[in-house]
Amino acid sequence: MPSPFTPNTEEHRKKMLDAIGMDSVEGLFSDIPEEVRNPDLNLPKAMSELDLRAYASELSARNVSAGEYTSFLGAGSYWHHIPAVVSSIASRGEFMTAYTPYQPEVSQGTLQVAYEFQSMICQLTGMDVANAGMYDGSTSLAEAALMACRVTRKNKVAILDSTSPLYTEVLDTYVQAPGIALELVKAHNISLEEDTACLIVQQPNFFGYLEDMQTLSNIAHDAGALLVVSVDPVSLGMFNPPSEYGADIVVAEGQGIGVPMSYGGPYVGIFACRQEFVRQMPGRIVGKTLDTHGKEAYVLTLQAREQHIRREHATSNICTSVALISLMTTVYLACMGKQGMRKVAELCYHKAHYAASLIENIPGFSILESGNGVFFREFTVRCPIPPEEINQLLLEKGIIGGLDVSNYLENALLLCVTEMNSREDIENLAKTLREIGES
Amino acid sequence: MTSPLLSQLQQESRKLLMDRSVEGRVGATLPDLDVPECELPSTDLIRDDLPLPEVSEGEIVRYFTQISQYNFSIDNNFYPLGSCTMKYNPKLNDLIASMPGFSNIHPLQNDATVQGALQVVWEVQEYLTEITGMAGTCLTPMAGADGELAGMLMARAYHLDRGEDQRKVVLIPDSAHGTNPASAVMAGFTVKTLPSDNEGNTDLDALRESVGENLAGLMITLPSTLGLFDRNILDVTRIVRDAGGIVYGDGANLNALLGRVKMGDLGFDVIHSNLHKTFSTPHGGGGPGAGPVIAGPRLVDYLPSSLVCREEDGGEVRFKQSTPEKSIGRMGAFQGNFGVLARAFTYIRSLGGEGIRSISDDAVINANYILEKLKGSFDLPYERVCMHEVVFSARNLKNNCGVSALDVAKRLIDYGVHPPTMYFPLIVEEALMVEPTETESLETLNTFIDIMRTISEEAHSNPELLHEAPHFTPNSRLDEARAARYPDLRWRPSHGDSE
Repeated sequence: MPSPFTPNTEEHRKKMLDAIGMDSVEGLFSDIPEEVRNPDLNLPKAMSELDLRAYASELSARNVSAGEYTSFLGAGSYWHHIPAVVSSIASRGEFMTAYTPYQPEVSQGTLQVAYEFQSMICQLTGMDVANAGMYDGSTSLAEAALMACRVTRKNKVAILDSTSPLYTEVLDTYVQAPGIALELVKAHNISLEEDTACLIVQQPNFFGYLEDMQTLSNIAHDAGALLVVSVDPVSLGMFNPPSEYGADIVVAEGQGIGVPMSYGGPYVGIFACRQEFVRQMPGRIVGKTLDTHGKEAYVLTLQAREQHIRREHATSNICTSVALISLMTTVYLACMGKQGMRKVAELCYHKAHYAASLIENIPGFSILESGNGVFFREFTVRCPIPPEEINQLLLEKGIIGGLDVSNYLENALLLCVTEMNSREDIENLAKTLREIGES
Repeated sequence: MTSPLLSQLQQESRKLLMDRSVEGRVGATLPDLDVPECELPSTDLIRDDLPLPEVSEGEIVRYFTQISQYNFSIDNNFYPLGSCTMKYNPKLNDLIASMPGFSNIHPLQNDATVQGALQVVWEVQEYLTEITGMAGTCLTPMAGADGELAGMLMARAYHLDRGEDQRKVVLIPDSAHGTNPASAVMAGFTVKTLPSDNEGNTDLDALRESVGENLAGLMITLPSTLGLFDRNILDVTRIVRDAGGIVYGDGANLNALLGRVKMGDLGFDVIHSNLHKTFSTPHGGGGPGAGPVIAGPRLVDYLPSSLVCREEDGGEVRFKQSTPEKSIGRMGAFQGNFGVLARAFTYIRSLGGEGIRSISDDAVINANYILEKLKGSFDLPYERVCMHEVVFSARNLKNNCGVSALDVAKRLIDYGVHPPTMYFPLIVEEALMVEPTETESLETLNTFIDIMRTISEEAHSNPELLHEAPHFTPNSRLDEARAARYPDLRWRPSHGDSE
């Protein structure tokens, strides 16, 4: 069967080759050295749509998914409700199959969405400016560290040890080549040296708890360093925006606001900062301007920072703004709005606390505290047996457990509760943990 | 014709969400709290105000649908945007990527609970390794530029391992994408630009003069951004490798080579592939993409984490994640853009080996057909067979009629065609880079050719028509200088009251 994706038939090809003045298609590839031309290609045979759907369904069914099971796993990717409107809008071909908006006259849809995204990120974080999106939360964080070094002309980065170890690993990948020193610091015992470009803090921290941001902010600023905050956007439905405690750069993983977990991606990195740093930002930025008839319109702007103009002098090599995923978060924020965002945050807060209150009453289990002791939708539990075994037992009962963080704290399990977990799910989790504790 | 009401309505259709907000409206429902309420933390921690829009669901759908209509897209327009490979994006790809067993799994789940997803990842790894003739693939880089960064960090780690810290210089041809030099710098290198010869190949004499003890490597796009297959490529890779350098291949133009040559056979040490180009995953208006990094034998142990390997134990197959011995580490918190990988997986399995091979044949025939039919109307800087794209120059129109490549591009919009890539590569004056891809029919190409010839005639007969194009879009040409000089990057309340 011919491919449905290539319309030209043998007859068309012959006609076109005649026009080109070639006997066969081989002639078009004659610049390729003969000794390496036309190699064997060992790939499977083509599949019909019917067969491929069946095969993919079978592979998909081999995974244990949230929804089929109930899940208490968070740690950087979260199971939240996504209104049907989000995928309906994001699957429109006009958005999904467009390119980067280099030609603004035929990209006003994409550009206006990016401006909406930037606006809502500013409103959510309280910051002055935001870019149109980065790959994910972790690379946003790494780029924030690089930007802090550019802005301060310093070459050392301090990161609180309660930050996600996955994020710290990514940061480590990014800072080695430019020769930036990375220092892991503890909240209770920080002394920043003069050559520190920034202090990086995750809020709430990796273990679920809020840090005392005002104190950390003062420590950073007293040392002449910037405060970089990696924040959870869902928590901003109820908690203070980072602008309140003096953040200079705010980054976040945007997955929790309207994007499926999708085994880790695609997500979108949020990146916002103070106005004075705008020309040092990485990534795409969309601005409002006028057309030749004086009508308002949107365009990619401040491009003199970017790789396609500045090449080796660019602020970053990034080209994408992960526009389709920023669109999803924009539609999500529009749907949730002022009331919905507050409600989602409160549902998470109350449900997580209800879960913690049940679990702390189970013999052998206790709730660990870090930061200022206030948690949002995640908390860390000390278990009587290794969390790996607990997770295995939970799985047998149709529950995806938490993240095993026993590498950092003995027998510790990081649990996450969102609006997706019903009271029954939470009580069932507690009941199962009690049974595990007793046996 | 126009009326004051009509202009007002047009303006209102562009109104931002915050300006549509009405207190009390909601756009979504949420369940009631079904657990006992606990005490909220101290009010010092709670925000006073949450300035987000309050809009109903129907208004949201209509707003986004209306502004979506202001976009050109593959689903609606021919999009011959050179170096971007804007091919048709099969719908089955999206359906499979959003199956619940793929979209509702968490990246930190135990490997045993995601065997289907790991098999998808493993298959894509294997197919890319086979298609490119390399030794191993890591799928975690989240875009082409991210794959470049990964590859160059691998080159750095390789040199450091051998105690050759002095290898700092990366050679990059003058025709390269801007990401190449930007990525090289992020990986700690300095950049030296390499000229092309007058046939569009790498200038071998210049290359020989540039290699030495401080050579870290070369980043080269194949075929080049001129749409040409570098006839010197075997000499190029040999000279660099003999001098102790790493050869990096930018796979942006892989759509020309499928089944015709494997980059591994040409002496490349590491390459990236843009799944959103060659493997048909949608561009999304500027992402998400995926930029797997693919290594040859010298660099395979340095690939980022994580890879998926397949193990067979007593007839039972298991997939698990692993990190290579000398890995450069993590490129992102998780395992990359799985949703994009699932689409590329679907595409490769849909087409199979024969279908994959025929992609490049059709892409190259289509580009050469356009070259042949338009070379009378537009300058052709390199008079030779092209690969999957052809670079024209509008310099004749510029000199004779004062019409620029930009004017031609904007006039194409009036005819419903997305403009080609303009003013790139930088070494071609008034460049117009046309990449039709294999998914366009002869009928579409003929229409495009008619349009381009007509525009060339219009440039002579009525240049003003081109200067003022586009004429039918919601906005005419934009004042980009104003946007950069007075940055307006977010919504603000219109009556001067602060938020």
